[in-house]
Amino acid sequence: MALLLDIASWLLLLSGALVAVIGGVGMLRLPDVYTRMHAASVTDTGGMILILGGLLLQAPHWLVAVKLLLVALFLLLTSPTAANALANAAIQDGIKPMLGGQRHG
Amino acid sequence: MFAAAMAGVAVTMLLVLIRALLGPTVYDRILAVNVFGTKTVLLIAVLGFLGGRPEFLDVALVYALINFIGTVAVLKFMQYGDLGWGESDHPDGDV
Repeated sequence: MALLLDIASWLLLLSGALVAVIGGVGMLRLPDVYTRMHAASVTDTGGMILILGGLLLQAPHWLVAVKLLLVALFLLLTSPTAANALANAAIQDGIKPMLGGQRHG
Repeated sequence: MFAAAMAGVAVTMLLVLIRALLGPTVYDRILAVNVFGTKTVLLIAVLGFLGGRPEFLDVALVYALINFIGTVAVLKFMQYGDLGWGESDHPDGDV
């Protein structure tokens, strides 16, 4: 039983770290601020769920599990909100999204 | 296993920091700092489990709150030029 929990934790933690690194690479390589927002918020939320899920299986006490769920719930609610606010502010400031025909860099 | 997750998160933090230095617009930089803050929350949580002290989750929760409020405050400042009660053109303050 403990071995199963350890294997599941390994899988979740490693895939969460992989998703986070993919998000970091996307932040560097994508051409426009709006596309970078996609990379940032999607991989942020996904990697957070996987890593906190992996930690949840290793929690020694039920109170620690409750705190992990609270952190996950808060980040799940606020990370998309912050991305939406950022995109709204960028549009209001006049930054135009890069359309299909233009590609540079 | 915690060390591998921490290494991945640390590499992501470095990549995002490069974007914060490079980013041509200011919104790139705000986005990069927001992602950096979220990765810091994960780093603190994994570090707590690595050291056998899951009490660090309290610190992670507080930092998640601070990160969100800081990002929204910077965006509000960029939009209105002011953080609180406005001058003559916003007599009701911030609504």
